Amino acid sequence: MRRDIFQAIADPTRRAIIALIAVQALTPNALAEHFDTTRQAVSKHLKILTECEVVTQEQKGREIYYRLKIEKMKEIDEWLEQYRKIWETRYRQLEDLLASIKKQKRGKIK
Amino acid sequence: MKMDFIVDKQKKTVYIIKEFAVELSLVWDAYTRAELLDQWWAPKPMTSRTKAMDFEVGGRRFYAMVSPDGDERWAVQKYTSITPKTNFKFFNAFADKDENLQLPGSDWDLNFSEQDGKTKVSISIYNESLERLERMIEGGMREGTEMQLQNLEELLEKLAQG
Repeated sequence: MRRDIFQAIADPTRRAIIALIAVQALTPNALAEHFDTTRQAVSKHLKILTECEVVTQEQKGREIYYRLKIEKMKEIDEWLEQYRKIWETRYRQLEDLLASIKKQKRGKIK
Repeated sequence: MKMDFIVDKQKKTVYIIKEFAVELSLVWDAYTRAELLDQWWAPKPMTSRTKAMDFEVGGRRFYAMVSPDGDERWAVQKYTSITPKTNFKFFNAFADKDENLQLPGSDWDLNFSEQDGKTKVSISIYNESLERLERMIEGGMREGTEMQLQNLEELLEKLAQG
C-alpha cells in the first residue's frame, strides 16, 4: 500500500481531520468529538496520516497532540500547477494549429 | 486567449475552460479527428500518435504519448456519448501497448459553444481516484521538465547566435 499525500486526502474523514488540525494541534480524543465514528476509527485515520507524513506527533504530558505539516499539503498544489502547465502548452499548440488551418482555408477560397 | 483551470479536490474534478478565436466547426474537428489531434494533444517535445480511432458512441481512440527518446505511454479514450458539435464524453484510462486498460480511469465531459465567431470549450475531468490524478500529473511533470530543457536549449542557441 502506497502512502503519500494523495492517499491522505482520498478519504472525507481524513480531509476533515486535516482541516481541524490545520487550525491547531489536537489530541485523538479531542478529534473524535467532531465525528460520529468511534475513537478507534479516528486513530486508524491518524495512523494513515502519520504514515503519509502529513502529520507529526507531539507528546505533552500524558497526551499526544497531532499537528499538520503544512509544507506537505503544498505538494498537491505543486502537482496541480504542473498539470495546468501541460494544458497551457497543449492549448497554445491548438491555437497555432487552428490559425494555420484557417489560413489554408482562406487561401483555397481565394 | 485566456484559459481557466479550476480544481475541486473534494469533487476530485478538474475544470478547464478555454476560448478560441475561430468558429466552432474548426475546433470540433481538432478534438475529434485523429490527424488533427495528433498535431496538438501532446505538449512538446512529446508527440501524440493515434494508432486507432473511431469517433462514435462505443468507439475509442487508442493512442500513445511518445517522448523524444521513444518512450511510449499508451492510453484509451472510450466514447460514451456524442452530440455533434455540442458535446462529447469519454472514459479515459492508461493502457499497455496491447490496449489492456489500467484502471481506474477518469471521466471526461467536453462542451462546445460558439458566440460572435468565438468558440468556448469547457472540459471537466472527474477522477475516481486521486492517486490516478497524481499519476496523470507525474507523467506531465516529466514532460514539463523536458519542456523547460527544450526552452533552455532554444535560449542558449539564440545567445550563441546573438
